[in-house]
Amino acid sequence: MAITEDRPLALEAGTVNKVAERPLGALTRPQSDVGWASWFTTVDHKKIGIMYGVGSLFFFLFGGVEALLIRIQLAAPDGQFLSESLYNQVFTMHGVTMIFLVIMPMAAAFANYLLPLQVGARDVAFPRLNAFSFWCWLAGAIFLNTSWFLGGAPDGGWFAYAPNTSVTFAPGNGMDFYAIGLQIAGIASLVSAINLIVTVLNMRAPGMTLLKMPIFTWMMLVVQFLLLFAVPVITIALFLLTFDRSFDANFFNVEQGGSPLLWQHLFWIFGHPEVYILILPAFGIISEVIPTFSRKPIFGYPFMVGSGIAIGFMGWGVWAHHMFVSGLGPISVAAFSMSTMFIAVPTGVKILNWLATMWGGRLLFNTPMLFATGVIAMFTIGGLSGVTHAVAPSDTQQTDTYYIVAHFHYVIFGGALLGMFAGFYFWWPKVFGHKLNEKWGKINFWLMLIGFNMTFGPMHVLGLQGMARRHHSYASEDGFGFWNGIVSAGAFVIALGTLAFLINIWISARSAKKNPVEVGPDPWDARSLEWSTASPTPVHNFDVDPVVEFQDDWWHRKWGKNEDGKIVRKAYPEDIAQDGSATDVHLPSPSYWPLVLSLSLPVIGYAVIFTFWLLIPAGALFLAGFLGWALEPADDPEAAHGHDDHGPNDADASADAEAEGASHV
Amino acid sequence: MSEAIATKSDQAVDDHGHDAGHGTTTGISNNKLMMWAFLGSECLLFGALISTYLLYKERFNGFAEGLAPFAEDGRNIGPRFGGSDGEGVFDIPFTSISSFVLLASSLTMVLALSSIRRGEYRNFRIWTLTTAALGSVFIAGQIYEFTEFVEKGLGYSTNIFGSAFFTLTGFHGVHVTIGIVMLLATYIMHKQGRLNQDKAETVEIVGLYWHFVDVVWILIFTVVYLFPQ
Repeated sequence: MAITEDRPLALEAGTVNKVAERPLGALTRPQSDVGWASWFTTVDHKKIGIMYGVGSLFFFLFGGVEALLIRIQLAAPDGQFLSESLYNQVFTMHGVTMIFLVIMPMAAAFANYLLPLQVGARDVAFPRLNAFSFWCWLAGAIFLNTSWFLGGAPDGGWFAYAPNTSVTFAPGNGMDFYAIGLQIAGIASLVSAINLIVTVLNMRAPGMTLLKMPIFTWMMLVVQFLLLFAVPVITIALFLLTFDRSFDANFFNVEQGGSPLLWQHLFWIFGHPEVYILILPAFGIISEVIPTFSRKPIFGYPFMVGSGIAIGFMGWGVWAHHMFVSGLGPISVAAFSMSTMFIAVPTGVKILNWLATMWGGRLLFNTPMLFATGVIAMFTIGGLSGVTHAVAPSDTQQTDTYYIVAHFHYVIFGGALLGMFAGFYFWWPKVFGHKLNEKWGKINFWLMLIGFNMTFGPMHVLGLQGMARRHHSYASEDGFGFWNGIVSAGAFVIALGTLAFLINIWISARSAKKNPVEVGPDPWDARSLEWSTASPTPVHNFDVDPVVEFQDDWWHRKWGKNEDGKIVRKAYPEDIAQDGSATDVHLPSPSYWPLVLSLSLPVIGYAVIFTFWLLIPAGALFLAGFLGWALEPADDPEAAHGHDDHGPNDADASADAEAEGASHV
Repeated sequence: MSEAIATKSDQAVDDHGHDAGHGTTTGISNNKLMMWAFLGSECLLFGALISTYLLYKERFNGFAEGLAPFAEDGRNIGPRFGGSDGEGVFDIPFTSISSFVLLASSLTMVLALSSIRRGEYRNFRIWTLTTAALGSVFIAGQIYEFTEFVEKGLGYSTNIFGSAFFTLTGFHGVHVTIGIVMLLATYIMHKQGRLNQDKAETVEIVGLYWHFVDVVWILIFTVVYLFPQ
């Protein structure tokens, strides 16, 4: 095996000198990075990623129970299980929960954990802002759900169309919780988007040009740009709604000439990019999983990247296809029909490239790959029904029927959520040091896939038969009973699939504890940089900054061509990966203040809804968090200066600069 | 390989001492890139607000002249809504002066940055405080203007025009106020010795925000006050 190699394959590992900790600031700095308390003060992107994951799975159960309540109500004609009012609250919160409290934070979990690793960095650009994003999201999520106990949950649909949301038609506090809760979650998204954009653009390892980044990193970068520009639009829409409800503004007051259509435009200018915010992370995940288990590089890398960017751009020009029945006029409808058909092209490019990646590959159908291929199949069905919506006359027929419900569940559940599950199974060993159980994984996959198609397949039929969505019940003479029964049974099969996943987590953790098996740094023989360091990832990520030469650089360290052009193994991952043995790497220190600052936001929310007296504690919390943050250096400044070897620490440098920046930002 | 790493580490250490950015992939410091990204986001925020304002000004005028499209029988239903759309309420010479004050503050912001870059700390302190003061004059003018408008009968809840006008200009006012806080923080940090010549980039970043808020005001002033009533 004569392979000429002009670089040492093994990555350097070793010890970095310890820097003394000298806490400064208003309170003694939290020191510990182990124990339960450390989770509240951590600024480590990996811990924050895990917390996003746990949070999103928790709310996934929440939203799932809401879905089951809906399906019990609709299982048979004339359902009496939920009252009309409760039904409205449950379907609204099901949508809001699944979108803002499940898919988005689940994507944030993967992004937080993986982006710094995939670009070869020690942490994100602004570690404390990262912690703030997480706590802010959690605060918003809990705030939103406290509405159940404080006079009723939001009941105007996740789209909250005006003027249904005005005080006249929604007199409870539900829609206030909706507007302010999403506002808080929006702050989290915006801060996180800025943070991750700077991380990906600015903190790449030497040699990692933009076109050598993994596809997952690329797709998440596109998502962060979509968030950056979409969040401010929903921010304004939600402000206008809050001002209307709490301060008697007239934005959606029809009697005064306010325009309900303005809400629809603002909401969908955010809402359609949001659809791609939900799906592109899954696209990124399966673009990592499929090449790994096809034993081939991704087919057409530049086209995968380019189509992702194209989707990001075109996603801004299709929003009015949600509004075809609102009377936009023929020219607008025609234009948005065209653009909606067009956006299927880059999506189709992706699907063909995944198939071409699998074509001729040595396919290995373990659980991550099963979920990834599930995404391709299910998303294609959802994409095709999406194209039927681009045809405005057909869409006019389908609007507000279960056909639409079927479509978006095929893309969001069949695409985004299954993709996230592929990611869970794929990266579990990297995060926790043991694989998930294959047998339970397959049970999980097949239950979910079958349950999913039982649930949402028949909804196409129901929709075409004319069953309207968002209705509390249907009459037995409508003839919807049979398929609704199947749909409801399917929902419970999905619930079993979810249960299988939870059982799998528990069983795998238990067996890993009983007889620990070393998974090694790279159990799947994968391609990107996160697999070049120990599993579970050491707290400092990389002992030494990796230097990148190729796209899929880690794979090129393991495999090469011999003189016959055959691909042969050059090295084993265990021999060349970093062992994570560096001990005293200088890292950003934990902090209380992101948590304190984010706690002030829901209190401000309660103040707007209930009594302005609450602004006093809210202001106190805000000031404490803000000043504490500003006065506390992100790092010990003495340590950060003049020490000539504290690692390749852009993270430290920026965190240090951030301490100064934070006092006025 | 180790050579490359050493170089990068050196640059990272350099960051602490001088204008940051040499150690990053793009060569732009993380903080400055963060501000640019944030300002990109702000464009959409004000874009949504200005669009709302333009739509509601149009709708208010249309309705006020009895052109309501939902007067189904074609009957002229006359003015439906009370209050003004700024006509007889706006004091354009006054607002022009306060706009000029705000624009002048962009000049003093530039002077503050160039002073700290050259290490002229006395000038830096003067220009920073001047910028903050000019911003405060603008905010004072806005508060005065708002109370005048309310007295003349254009309140926040009076009509759709009032809601749109106060929301748009109010959001801008909040942005200027945050800018003033940032300037004062810069000043205090300088007094504490935490911000001097080699951290001039922090001032530059505050300046980016300040100029952005000024440019937005040019847009708002044109759209709100100068477009024909």
